[in-house]
Amino acid sequence: MASELRETIPTFGEQGGEETQEVSLTNWSALTNTGLSASWRDTGIIALVAVIIILAAEVAVRTLNIPSYILPAPSAIGKALFTRFPDLFWPHMQVTLIELLSGFAIGASIGLIFAAVITQFPLVEKIVTPYILLLVTTPMIALVPLLILVFGFTLTPRIIAVALASGPMVMINSATGFRRTDLARIALARSYGASTFQIFTKIRFPLALPMIIVGLMVGAIFGLLTAVGAEMVGGKNGLGNQLMFWSSMVKMENFYAIILLLALMGVTIYVIFYWIGKKWASWQA
Amino acid sequence: MIHATRHPAASASPNGAVDAPVLMAVDHATKYYKTQTGAVHALEDLSLQIREGEFVCILGPSGCGKSTLLWAMSGLHDLTSGQVVLHGAPVTAPRPEIGMIFQDANLLPWRNLWQNIMFPFEIKKLDPKPFEPRIHQLLKEVGLAGFEKKMPRELSGGMQQRASIVRCLSYDPGVILMDEPFGALDAFTRDEMNLLIQRLWMDTGKTIIFVTHNVSEAIFLADQVVVLTPRPGRLAHIFPIDLPRPRTVEMTFEPDFIHLVREIKMTIETGRYAPLAKVGRAAAQG
Repeated sequence: MASELRETIPTFGEQGGEETQEVSLTNWSALTNTGLSASWRDTGIIALVAVIIILAAEVAVRTLNIPSYILPAPSAIGKALFTRFPDLFWPHMQVTLIELLSGFAIGASIGLIFAAVITQFPLVEKIVTPYILLLVTTPMIALVPLLILVFGFTLTPRIIAVALASGPMVMINSATGFRRTDLARIALARSYGASTFQIFTKIRFPLALPMIIVGLMVGAIFGLLTAVGAEMVGGKNGLGNQLMFWSSMVKMENFYAIILLLALMGVTIYVIFYWIGKKWASWQA
Repeated sequence: MIHATRHPAASASPNGAVDAPVLMAVDHATKYYKTQTGAVHALEDLSLQIREGEFVCILGPSGCGKSTLLWAMSGLHDLTSGQVVLHGAPVTAPRPEIGMIFQDANLLPWRNLWQNIMFPFEIKKLDPKPFEPRIHQLLKEVGLAGFEKKMPRELSGGMQQRASIVRCLSYDPGVILMDEPFGALDAFTRDEMNLLIQRLWMDTGKTIIFVTHNVSEAIFLADQVVVLTPRPGRLAHIFPIDLPRPRTVEMTFEPDFIHLVREIKMTIETGRYAPLAKVGRAAAQG
Protein backbone atom coordinates (compact mmCIF):
# COMPACT_ATOMS: atom_id res chain seq x y z
CA MET A 1 0.00 0.00 0.00
CA ALA A 2 1.33 3.41 -0.90
CA SER A 3 2.32 4.79 2.45
CA GLU A 4 2.13 8.53 1.71
CA LEU A 5 -1.43 8.15 0.45
CA ARG A 6 -2.81 6.24 3.42
CA GLU A 7 -4.36 9.22 5.14
CA THR A 8 -4.78 11.30 2.02
CA ILE A 9 -8.34 12.38 1.43
CA PRO A 10 -8.50 12.35 -2.37
CA THR A 11 -9.57 15.94 -2.88
CA PHE A 12 -6.29 17.73 -3.39
CA GLY A 13 -7.72 21.18 -3.91
CA GLU A 14 -9.70 21.32 -0.70
CA GLN A 15 -8.22 19.69 2.34
CA GLY A 16 -6.02 16.80 1.25
CA GLY A 17 -3.04 18.55 -0.30
CA GLU A 18 -0.34 19.36 2.18
CA GLU A 19 1.52 21.42 -0.39
CA THR A 20 3.86 23.48 1.74
CA GLN A 21 4.12 27.04 0.56
CA GLU A 22 7.68 27.56 -0.40
CA VAL A 23 9.96 29.67 1.72
CA SER A 24 13.17 29.94 -0.17
CA LEU A 25 16.02 32.31 -0.60
CA THR A 26 15.54 32.71 -4.29
CA ASN A 27 12.76 32.43 -6.72
CA TRP A 28 13.21 30.82 -10.07
CA SER A 29 11.10 33.31 -11.98
CA ALA A 30 13.03 36.21 -10.50
CA LEU A 31 16.21 34.87 -12.00
CA THR A 32 14.84 34.02 -15.42
CA ASN A 33 12.71 37.06 -16.00
CA THR A 34 15.65 39.37 -16.21
CA GLY A 35 17.77 39.98 -19.27
CA LEU A 36 19.34 37.55 -21.70
CA SER A 37 16.23 36.83 -23.69
CA ALA A 38 16.47 40.22 -25.37
CA SER A 39 16.16 40.59 -29.13
CA TRP A 40 19.11 41.46 -31.36
CA ARG A 41 18.07 45.10 -31.37
CA ASP A 42 18.01 45.19 -27.55
CA THR A 43 21.36 43.44 -27.45
CA GLY A 44 22.74 46.05 -29.84
CA ILE A 45 21.51 48.89 -27.63
CA ILE A 46 22.96 47.26 -24.51
CA ALA A 47 26.33 46.87 -26.25
CA LEU A 48 26.17 50.44 -27.46
CA VAL A 49 25.64 51.68 -23.89
CA ALA A 50 28.72 49.71 -22.80
CA VAL A 51 30.78 51.26 -25.58
CA ILE A 52 29.59 54.76 -24.66
CA ILE A 53 30.42 54.24 -20.96
CA ILE A 54 33.90 52.95 -21.80
CA LEU A 55 34.55 55.81 -24.21
CA ALA A 56 33.28 58.36 -21.67
CA ALA A 57 35.56 56.88 -19.00
CA GLU A 58 38.49 57.04 -21.42
CA VAL A 59 37.79 60.70 -22.24
CA ALA A 60 37.17 61.59 -18.58
CA VAL A 61 40.38 59.97 -17.38
CA ARG A 62 42.41 61.77 -20.04
CA THR A 63 40.84 65.24 -19.80
CA LEU A 64 40.26 65.40 -16.03
CA ASN A 65 43.71 63.99 -15.22
CA ILE A 66 42.28 61.35 -12.92
CA PRO A 67 45.25 59.69 -11.23
CA SER A 68 45.79 56.15 -12.48
CA TYR A 69 45.69 54.70 -8.94
CA ILE A 70 42.00 55.67 -8.80
CA LEU A 71 40.97 54.75 -12.33
CA PRO A 72 43.39 53.91 -15.10
CA ALA A 73 42.28 54.60 -18.67
CA PRO A 74 40.08 51.80 -20.04
CA SER A 75 42.55 51.41 -22.91
CA ALA A 76 45.35 50.74 -20.42
CA ILE A 77 43.20 48.13 -18.63
CA GLY A 78 42.35 46.50 -21.96
CA LYS A 79 46.01 46.49 -22.98
CA ALA A 80 47.02 44.89 -19.66
CA LEU A 81 44.30 42.30 -19.97
CA PHE A 82 45.12 41.25 -23.51
CA THR A 83 48.92 41.46 -23.47
CA ARG A 84 49.55 40.06 -20.01
CA PHE A 85 46.75 37.51 -19.82
CA PRO A 86 48.84 34.41 -20.69
CA ASP A 87 51.71 35.07 -18.30
CA LEU A 88 50.28 37.28 -15.53
CA PHE A 89 46.65 36.34 -15.14
CA TRP A 90 45.93 32.90 -16.63
CA PRO A 91 48.05 30.91 -14.14
CA HIS A 92 46.22 32.55 -11.24
CA MET A 93 42.84 32.25 -12.92
CA GLN A 94 43.51 28.52 -13.24
CA VAL A 95 44.10 28.33 -9.50
CA THR A 96 40.84 30.15 -8.77
CA LEU A 97 38.98 27.95 -11.25
CA ILE A 98 40.35 24.77 -9.68
CA GLU A 99 39.31 25.94 -6.22
CA LEU A 100 35.89 26.97 -7.45
CA LEU A 101 35.18 23.86 -9.50
CA SER A 102 36.41 21.29 -7.01
CA GLY A 103 34.95 23.10 -3.99
CA PHE A 104 31.64 23.56 -5.77
CA ALA A 105 31.54 19.96 -6.99
CA ILE A 106 32.11 18.68 -3.45
CA GLY A 107 29.77 21.15 -1.75
CA ALA A 108 26.99 20.88 -4.33
CA SER A 109 26.93 17.08 -4.41
CA ILE A 110 26.93 16.80 -0.63
CA GLY A 111 24.26 19.51 -0.40
CA LEU A 112 22.12 17.86 -3.06
CA ILE A 113 22.32 14.35 -1.61
CA PHE A 114 21.78 15.69 1.89
CA ALA A 115 18.69 17.58 0.76
CA ALA A 116 17.29 14.54 -1.06
CA VAL A 117 17.78 12.30 1.97
CA ILE A 118 16.77 14.68 4.70
CA THR A 119 13.47 15.74 3.13
CA GLN A 120 12.34 12.10 3.37
CA PHE A 121 12.47 12.36 7.16
CA PRO A 122 10.42 15.37 8.30
CA LEU A 123 11.48 15.12 11.93
CA VAL A 124 15.20 15.02 11.14
CA GLU A 125 14.67 17.87 8.72
CA LYS A 126 12.98 19.97 11.37
CA ILE A 127 15.95 19.49 13.69
CA VAL A 128 18.68 20.02 11.10
CA THR A 129 17.25 22.98 9.16
CA PRO A 130 18.17 25.72 11.70
CA TYR A 131 21.80 24.55 11.57
CA ILE A 132 21.79 24.59 7.80
CA LEU A 133 20.40 28.12 7.94
CA LEU A 134 23.24 29.01 10.28
CA LEU A 135 25.71 27.68 7.70
CA VAL A 136 24.01 29.63 4.93
CA THR A 137 24.01 32.90 6.79
CA THR A 138 27.49 32.70 8.33
CA PRO A 139 30.11 34.09 5.91
CA MET A 140 32.37 31.11 5.34
CA ILE A 141 35.32 33.39 4.63
CA ALA A 142 35.41 33.91 8.38
CA LEU A 143 36.56 30.30 8.78
CA VAL A 144 39.48 30.64 6.37
CA PRO A 145 42.10 31.71 8.97
CA LEU A 146 41.19 28.64 11.03
CA LEU A 147 41.31 26.37 7.98
CA ILE A 148 44.71 27.78 7.02
CA LEU A 149 45.94 27.07 10.54
CA VAL A 150 44.91 23.43 10.10
CA PHE A 151 45.79 22.81 6.44
CA GLY A 152 48.51 25.38 5.76
CA PHE A 153 48.82 27.70 2.75
CA THR A 154 47.61 25.12 0.27
CA LEU A 155 44.55 24.86 -1.93
CA THR A 156 42.83 22.63 0.63
CA PRO A 157 41.51 25.33 3.01
CA ARG A 158 40.21 27.33 0.07
CA ILE A 159 38.46 24.36 -1.50
CA ILE A 160 36.89 23.55 1.87
CA ALA A 161 35.75 27.15 2.22
CA VAL A 162 34.18 27.11 -1.26
CA ALA A 163 32.44 23.81 -0.47
CA LEU A 164 31.18 25.19 2.85
CA ALA A 165 29.86 28.30 1.12
CA SER A 166 28.13 26.60 -1.82
CA GLY A 167 26.97 23.36 -0.17
CA PRO A 168 24.41 24.77 2.30
CA MET A 169 23.08 27.09 -0.39
CA VAL A 170 22.50 24.17 -2.76
CA MET A 171 21.12 22.14 0.12
CA ILE A 172 18.55 24.67 1.32
CA ASN A 173 17.18 25.41 -2.15
CA SER A 174 17.10 21.75 -3.19
CA ALA A 175 15.35 20.85 0.06
CA THR A 176 12.67 23.40 -0.76
CA GLY A 177 12.31 21.68 -4.12
CA PHE A 178 12.19 18.15 -2.69
CA ARG A 179 9.66 19.25 -0.10
CA ARG A 180 7.11 19.98 -2.81
CA THR A 181 4.83 17.01 -2.50
CA ASP A 182 2.47 16.82 -5.40
CA LEU A 183 0.17 14.12 -4.08
CA ALA A 184 -1.89 14.05 -7.27
CA ARG A 185 1.19 13.17 -9.33
CA ILE A 186 2.42 10.73 -6.71
CA ALA A 187 -0.97 9.01 -6.73
CA LEU A 188 -0.75 8.81 -10.52
CA ALA A 189 2.63 7.09 -10.39
CA ARG A 190 1.46 4.82 -7.55
CA SER A 191 -1.55 3.77 -9.61
CA TYR A 192 0.90 2.31 -12.13
CA GLY A 193 2.60 0.47 -9.30
CA ALA A 194 5.59 2.81 -8.93
CA SER A 195 8.17 2.02 -6.26
CA THR A 196 9.35 4.66 -3.80
CA PHE A 197 12.57 4.96 -5.82
CA GLN A 198 10.60 5.50 -9.03
CA ILE A 199 8.48 8.12 -7.27
CA PHE A 200 11.72 9.87 -6.40
CA THR A 201 13.34 9.75 -9.83
CA LYS A 202 10.21 10.30 -11.93
CA ILE A 203 8.19 12.70 -9.77
CA ARG A 204 10.04 14.24 -6.84
CA PHE A 205 13.29 14.96 -8.65
CA PRO A 206 11.82 16.61 -11.78
CA LEU A 207 9.48 18.57 -9.52
CA ALA A 208 12.48 19.77 -7.48
CA LEU A 209 14.71 20.47 -10.47
CA PRO A 210 13.88 24.17 -10.94
CA MET A 211 14.74 24.86 -7.29
CA ILE A 212 17.88 22.70 -7.54
CA ILE A 213 19.10 24.72 -10.52
CA VAL A 214 18.50 27.96 -8.62
CA GLY A 215 20.41 26.52 -5.67
CA LEU A 216 23.32 25.48 -7.91
CA MET A 217 23.48 28.92 -9.49
CA VAL A 218 23.44 30.80 -6.20
CA GLY A 219 25.81 28.25 -4.67
CA ALA A 220 28.31 28.66 -7.52
CA ILE A 221 28.26 32.44 -7.21
CA PHE A 222 28.71 32.20 -3.42
CA GLY A 223 31.57 29.79 -4.13
CA LEU A 224 33.29 32.32 -6.38
CA LEU A 225 32.95 35.04 -3.73
CA THR A 226 34.41 32.75 -1.10
CA ALA A 227 37.25 31.55 -3.33
CA VAL A 228 38.38 35.13 -4.01
CA GLY A 229 37.96 36.07 -0.36
CA ALA A 230 39.97 33.06 0.80
CA GLU A 231 42.76 33.92 -1.63
CA MET A 232 42.90 37.44 -0.22
CA VAL A 233 43.31 36.11 3.33
CA GLY A 234 46.26 33.89 2.67
CA GLY A 235 48.33 32.12 0.06
CA LYS A 236 50.51 33.16 -2.78
CA ASN A 237 48.36 32.60 -5.84
CA GLY A 238 44.85 32.94 -7.20
CA LEU A 239 43.05 35.97 -8.57
CA GLY A 240 42.11 37.21 -5.08
CA ASN A 241 45.72 37.13 -4.03
CA GLN A 242 46.71 38.99 -7.18
CA LEU A 243 44.14 41.71 -6.45
CA MET A 244 45.91 42.35 -3.15
CA PHE A 245 49.32 42.17 -4.82
CA TRP A 246 48.62 44.61 -7.67
CA SER A 247 46.82 47.10 -5.47
CA SER A 248 49.77 47.13 -3.10
CA MET A 249 52.02 47.76 -6.11
CA VAL A 250 49.58 50.48 -7.28
CA LYS A 251 49.47 48.80 -10.70
CA MET A 252 45.80 49.49 -11.05
CA GLU A 253 45.42 48.50 -14.72
CA ASN A 254 46.33 44.94 -13.67
CA PHE A 255 43.96 45.21 -10.72
CA TYR A 256 41.06 46.24 -12.94
CA ALA A 257 41.94 43.57 -15.50
CA ILE A 258 41.50 40.96 -12.76
CA ILE A 259 38.21 42.54 -11.69
CA LEU A 260 37.05 42.13 -15.31
CA LEU A 261 38.11 38.48 -15.31
CA LEU A 262 36.19 37.84 -12.09
CA ALA A 263 33.13 39.57 -13.51
CA LEU A 264 33.45 37.39 -16.59
CA MET A 265 33.53 34.27 -14.40
CA GLY A 266 30.45 35.38 -12.48
CA VAL A 267 28.54 36.14 -15.67
CA THR A 268 29.57 32.79 -17.14
CA ILE A 269 28.16 30.99 -14.09
CA TYR A 270 24.92 32.87 -14.49
CA VAL A 271 24.67 32.17 -18.23
CA ILE A 272 25.42 28.45 -17.81
CA PHE A 273 22.69 27.96 -15.22
CA TYR A 274 20.33 30.22 -17.10
CA TRP A 275 20.56 27.91 -20.11
CA ILE A 276 20.33 24.78 -17.99
CA GLY A 277 17.21 26.25 -16.42
CA LYS A 278 15.78 27.13 -19.80
CA LYS A 279 16.32 23.61 -21.01
CA TRP A 280 15.26 21.63 -17.94
CA ALA A 281 12.95 23.84 -15.94
CA SER A 282 11.10 25.99 -18.43
CA TRP A 283 7.83 24.16 -17.66
CA GLN A 284 7.89 25.98 -14.34
CA ALA A 285 7.64 29.51 -15.76
CA MET B 1 -13.26 -0.16 -33.21
CA ILE B 2 -10.08 -0.11 -31.18
CA HIS B 3 -9.82 -3.34 -29.37
CA ALA B 4 -12.68 -5.77 -29.23
CA THR B 5 -12.33 -7.24 -25.78
CA ARG B 6 -15.97 -6.92 -24.81
CA HIS B 7 -17.23 -9.92 -22.93
CA PRO B 8 -19.48 -12.08 -25.11
CA ALA B 9 -22.32 -11.82 -22.61
CA ALA B 10 -21.88 -8.08 -22.47
CA SER B 11 -21.86 -7.62 -26.22
CA ALA B 12 -25.21 -9.37 -26.40
CA SER B 13 -26.89 -6.37 -24.85
CA PRO B 14 -25.78 -2.89 -25.92
CA ASN B 15 -27.00 -1.46 -22.63
CA GLY B 16 -24.40 -3.19 -20.55
CA ALA B 17 -23.63 -6.45 -18.91
CA VAL B 18 -26.61 -7.77 -17.08
CA ASP B 19 -25.51 -11.39 -17.42
CA ALA B 20 -21.77 -10.85 -17.26
CA PRO B 21 -19.82 -12.29 -14.33
CA VAL B 22 -19.07 -10.14 -11.30
CA LEU B 23 -15.71 -8.48 -11.80
CA MET B 24 -15.35 -6.44 -8.66
CA ALA B 25 -17.05 -6.66 -5.31
CA VAL B 26 -16.92 -4.05 -2.57
CA ASP B 27 -17.57 -5.83 0.66
CA HIS B 28 -18.69 -3.86 3.75
CA ALA B 29 -16.28 -1.01 3.06
CA THR B 30 -15.72 1.39 5.96
CA LYS B 31 -13.07 4.11 6.03
CA TYR B 32 -11.99 6.59 8.66
CA TYR B 33 -9.23 9.11 7.96
CA LYS B 34 -6.97 10.19 10.77
CA THR B 35 -6.53 13.94 10.54
CA GLN B 36 -5.11 16.54 12.89
CA THR B 37 -8.63 17.62 13.85
CA GLY B 38 -9.80 14.10 14.57
CA ALA B 39 -11.13 11.20 12.57
CA VAL B 40 -13.09 11.81 9.39
CA HIS B 41 -15.67 9.14 8.74
CA ALA B 42 -15.75 8.84 4.96
CA LEU B 43 -17.43 5.51 4.21
CA GLU B 44 -19.80 3.37 6.24
CA ASP B 45 -20.49 -0.30 5.52
CA LEU B 46 -20.82 0.00 1.76
CA SER B 47 -21.26 -3.09 -0.39
CA LEU B 48 -21.43 -3.14 -4.16
CA GLN B 49 -20.99 -5.49 -7.10
CA ILE B 50 -19.72 -4.50 -10.51
CA ARG B 51 -20.08 -6.77 -13.54
CA GLU B 52 -17.60 -7.11 -16.34
CA GLY B 53 -18.08 -4.59 -19.15
CA GLU B 54 -20.41 -2.45 -17.08
CA PHE B 55 -20.37 1.34 -16.89
CA VAL B 56 -21.04 2.27 -13.26
CA CYS B 57 -21.31 5.84 -12.01
CA ILE B 58 -20.83 6.59 -8.34
CA LEU B 59 -22.78 9.71 -7.53
CA GLY B 60 -23.08 11.76 -4.41
CA PRO B 61 -22.59 15.21 -2.89
CA SER B 62 -19.08 16.57 -2.28
CA GLY B 63 -17.28 14.88 0.57
CA CYS B 64 -19.53 11.79 0.59
CA GLY B 65 -16.60 9.44 0.22
CA LYS B 66 -17.04 8.55 -3.44
CA SER B 67 -13.41 9.30 -4.29
CA THR B 68 -12.42 7.37 -1.18
CA LEU B 69 -14.34 4.40 -2.51
CA LEU B 70 -12.64 4.71 -5.90
CA TRP B 71 -9.20 4.96 -4.30
CA ALA B 72 -9.91 1.85 -2.28
CA MET B 73 -10.91 0.05 -5.50
CA SER B 74 -7.66 1.17 -7.13
CA GLY B 75 -5.53 -0.05 -4.24
CA LEU B 76 -4.07 3.43 -3.62
CA HIS B 77 -5.70 3.45 -0.26
CA ASP B 78 -6.67 0.83 2.27
CA LEU B 79 -10.01 0.55 4.03
CA THR B 80 -10.45 0.73 7.78
CA SER B 81 -12.56 -2.39 7.50
CA GLY B 82 -14.06 -4.42 4.69
CA GLN B 83 -12.39 -5.18 1.39
CA VAL B 84 -12.47 -4.78 -2.37
CA VAL B 85 -12.24 -7.98 -4.37
CA LEU B 86 -11.17 -7.90 -8.00
CA HIS B 87 -11.10 -11.09 -10.09
CA GLY B 88 -11.57 -13.03 -6.88
CA ALA B 89 -8.54 -11.58 -5.07
CA PRO B 90 -8.59 -8.77 -2.50
CA VAL B 91 -7.09 -5.48 -3.75
CA THR B 92 -4.24 -4.53 -1.45
CA ALA B 93 -2.04 -2.54 -3.85
CA PRO B 94 -2.38 -0.97 -7.31
CA ARG B 95 -3.10 -3.72 -9.84
CA PRO B 96 -1.88 -3.77 -13.45
CA GLU B 97 -5.34 -4.48 -14.87
CA ILE B 98 -6.65 -1.22 -13.40
CA GLY B 99 -6.17 2.16 -15.06
CA MET B 100 -6.98 5.39 -13.30
CA ILE B 101 -8.02 8.79 -14.61
CA PHE B 102 -7.80 11.63 -12.14
CA GLN B 103 -9.39 15.00 -11.49
CA ASP B 104 -7.66 17.69 -13.59
CA ALA B 105 -5.92 15.50 -16.22
CA ASN B 106 -2.89 15.17 -13.93
CA LEU B 107 -0.31 15.32 -16.71
CA LEU B 108 3.31 15.76 -15.70
CA PRO B 109 4.07 19.38 -16.65
CA TRP B 110 7.74 18.70 -17.40
CA ARG B 111 6.92 16.11 -20.06
CA ASN B 112 5.39 16.66 -23.47
CA LEU B 113 2.24 14.85 -24.48
CA TRP B 114 4.01 11.80 -25.92
CA GLN B 115 6.34 11.49 -22.93
CA ASN B 116 3.28 11.70 -20.68
CA ILE B 117 1.68 8.80 -22.53
CA MET B 118 4.94 6.85 -22.19
CA PHE B 119 4.96 7.44 -18.42
CA PRO B 120 3.03 4.28 -17.42
CA PHE B 121 5.31 2.17 -19.63
CA GLU B 122 8.38 3.62 -17.88
CA ILE B 123 6.95 2.87 -14.45
CA LYS B 124 5.80 -0.61 -15.44
CA LYS B 125 9.07 -1.25 -17.33
CA LEU B 126 6.96 -2.31 -20.27
CA ASP B 127 8.17 -2.12 -23.88
CA PRO B 128 5.83 0.41 -25.55
CA LYS B 129 6.64 -0.72 -29.12
CA PRO B 130 3.77 -3.23 -29.49
CA PHE B 131 1.34 -0.65 -28.08
CA GLU B 132 2.40 2.23 -30.31
CA PRO B 133 0.05 1.65 -33.27
CA ARG B 134 -2.84 1.50 -30.83
CA ILE B 135 -1.71 4.69 -29.10
CA HIS B 136 -1.47 6.54 -32.42
CA GLN B 137 -4.93 5.26 -33.30
CA LEU B 138 -6.27 6.49 -29.94
CA LEU B 139 -4.61 9.89 -30.37
CA LYS B 140 -6.25 10.21 -33.77
CA GLU B 141 -9.59 9.20 -32.32
CA VAL B 142 -9.54 11.80 -29.56
CA GLY B 143 -8.26 14.50 -31.93
CA LEU B 144 -4.75 14.81 -30.52
CA ALA B 145 -2.76 13.48 -33.48
CA GLY B 146 -0.03 16.01 -34.31
CA PHE B 147 0.11 17.36 -30.75
CA GLU B 148 2.60 14.75 -29.48
CA LYS B 149 5.41 17.28 -28.99
CA LYS B 150 3.27 19.85 -27.15
CA MET B 151 3.79 20.55 -23.47
CA PRO B 152 0.71 20.22 -21.21
CA ARG B 153 0.49 23.98 -20.60
CA GLU B 154 0.12 24.48 -24.36
CA LEU B 155 -3.04 22.33 -24.39
CA SER B 156 -6.57 23.32 -23.36
CA GLY B 157 -8.25 21.67 -20.37
CA GLY B 158 -10.27 19.35 -22.60
CA MET B 159 -7.20 18.37 -24.63
CA GLN B 160 -5.29 17.64 -21.42
CA GLN B 161 -8.06 15.40 -20.15
CA ARG B 162 -8.24 13.63 -23.52
CA ALA B 163 -4.49 13.09 -23.31
CA SER B 164 -4.90 11.56 -19.88
CA ILE B 165 -7.58 9.23 -21.26
CA VAL B 166 -5.17 8.09 -23.96
CA ARG B 167 -2.48 7.64 -21.32
CA CYS B 168 -4.83 5.43 -19.33
CA LEU B 169 -6.01 3.36 -22.32
CA SER B 170 -2.49 3.12 -23.77
CA TYR B 171 -1.51 -0.04 -21.90
CA ASP B 172 -4.97 -1.57 -22.30
CA PRO B 173 -6.19 -2.06 -18.70
CA GLY B 174 -9.43 -3.98 -18.34
CA VAL B 175 -10.91 -1.76 -15.63
CA ILE B 176 -10.88 2.03 -15.73
CA LEU B 177 -11.50 4.09 -12.62
CA MET B 178 -12.35 7.72 -13.27
CA ASP B 179 -12.28 10.19 -10.39
CA GLU B 180 -14.43 13.21 -11.32
CA PRO B 181 -12.42 13.54 -14.53
CA PHE B 182 -14.47 16.32 -16.11
CA GLY B 183 -15.28 18.32 -12.99
CA ALA B 184 -12.97 21.15 -13.98
CA LEU B 185 -14.21 21.45 -17.57
CA ASP B 186 -16.85 23.81 -18.90
CA ALA B 187 -20.30 22.41 -19.71
CA PHE B 188 -19.75 22.17 -23.49
CA THR B 189 -16.39 20.45 -23.22
CA ARG B 190 -17.94 18.18 -20.66
CA ASP B 191 -20.69 17.06 -23.08
CA GLU B 192 -18.03 16.42 -25.71
CA MET B 193 -15.96 14.36 -23.28
CA ASN B 194 -18.99 12.35 -22.17
CA LEU B 195 -19.75 11.45 -25.79
CA LEU B 196 -16.11 10.50 -26.29
CA ILE B 197 -16.04 8.30 -23.20
CA GLN B 198 -19.27 6.60 -24.21
CA ARG B 199 -17.83 5.88 -27.67
CA LEU B 200 -14.54 4.55 -26.27
CA TRP B 201 -16.43 2.39 -23.79
CA MET B 202 -18.73 0.95 -26.46
CA ASP B 203 -15.74 0.29 -28.74
CA THR B 204 -13.47 -1.30 -26.16
CA GLY B 205 -15.89 -3.03 -23.82
CA LYS B 206 -13.93 -2.05 -20.75
CA THR B 207 -15.42 -1.90 -17.29
CA ILE B 208 -15.61 1.74 -16.24
CA ILE B 209 -16.28 3.03 -12.75
CA PHE B 210 -16.86 6.74 -12.90
CA VAL B 211 -17.13 9.07 -9.91
CA THR B 212 -19.06 12.30 -10.37
CA HIS B 213 -21.27 14.76 -8.51
CA ASN B 214 -23.12 15.69 -11.69
CA VAL B 215 -26.49 13.92 -11.87
CA SER B 216 -27.06 14.24 -15.63
CA GLU B 217 -23.52 13.16 -16.39
CA ALA B 218 -24.04 10.02 -14.31
CA ILE B 219 -27.35 9.15 -16.00
CA PHE B 220 -25.95 9.93 -19.44
CA LEU B 221 -23.00 7.56 -19.02
CA ALA B 222 -24.04 4.77 -16.72
CA ASP B 223 -25.62 1.34 -16.83
CA GLN B 224 -25.99 1.74 -13.09
CA VAL B 225 -25.91 4.88 -10.99
CA VAL B 226 -24.78 4.16 -7.44
CA VAL B 227 -26.04 6.98 -5.21
CA LEU B 228 -24.26 7.60 -1.91
CA THR B 229 -25.54 9.54 1.09
CA PRO B 230 -23.70 12.59 2.47
CA ARG B 231 -20.77 11.84 4.77
CA PRO B 232 -20.30 9.16 5.94
CA GLY B 233 -21.00 7.64 2.53
CA ARG B 234 -23.57 4.87 2.69
CA LEU B 235 -25.34 3.24 -0.19
CA ALA B 236 -28.59 5.16 -0.77
CA HIS B 237 -29.82 3.41 -3.87
CA ILE B 238 -28.66 1.84 -7.13
CA PHE B 239 -30.51 3.10 -10.19
CA PRO B 240 -30.35 0.87 -13.25
CA ILE B 241 -30.33 3.10 -16.35
CA ASP B 242 -31.80 1.34 -19.37
CA LEU B 243 -31.81 4.24 -21.81
CA PRO B 244 -30.79 3.04 -25.28
CA ARG B 245 -27.24 3.51 -26.53
CA PRO B 246 -25.50 5.34 -28.02
CA ARG B 247 -27.01 8.12 -25.95
CA THR B 248 -27.10 11.64 -27.31
CA VAL B 249 -27.08 15.07 -25.70
CA GLU B 250 -30.67 15.56 -26.96
CA MET B 251 -31.79 12.61 -24.83
CA THR B 252 -30.92 14.58 -21.68
CA PHE B 253 -33.95 16.79 -22.41
CA GLU B 254 -36.39 13.87 -22.72
CA PRO B 255 -39.02 13.39 -19.96
CA ASP B 256 -37.63 9.92 -19.07
CA PHE B 257 -34.23 11.40 -18.47
CA ILE B 258 -35.58 14.32 -16.48
CA HIS B 259 -37.68 11.98 -14.38
CA LEU B 260 -34.52 10.06 -13.48
CA VAL B 261 -32.73 13.32 -12.60
CA ARG B 262 -35.59 14.21 -10.23
CA GLU B 263 -35.64 10.79 -8.60
CA ILE B 264 -31.90 10.76 -8.08
CA LYS B 265 -31.82 14.32 -6.72
CA MET B 266 -34.58 13.42 -4.25
CA THR B 267 -32.63 10.34 -3.22
CA ILE B 268 -29.50 12.39 -2.57
CA GLU B 269 -31.47 14.95 -0.58
CA THR B 270 -33.36 12.49 1.62
CA GLY B 271 -30.71 9.78 1.70
CA ARG B 272 -33.11 7.05 0.56
CA TYR B 273 -35.08 6.12 -2.52
CA ALA B 274 -38.78 6.82 -2.89
CA PRO B 275 -40.32 6.42 -6.34
CA LEU B 276 -41.75 9.61 -7.79
CA ALA B 277 -44.91 9.78 -9.84
CA LYS B 278 -44.07 10.25 -13.50
CA VAL B 279 -45.31 13.44 -15.08
CA GLY B 280 -46.31 14.37 -18.66
CA ARG B 281 -45.22 12.26 -21.58
CA ALA B 282 -43.17 9.87 -19.47
CA ALA B 283 -46.32 8.96 -17.54
CA ALA B 284 -48.22 8.37 -20.77
CA GLN B 285 -45.46 6.05 -22.02
CA GLY B 286 -44.74 4.29 -18.78
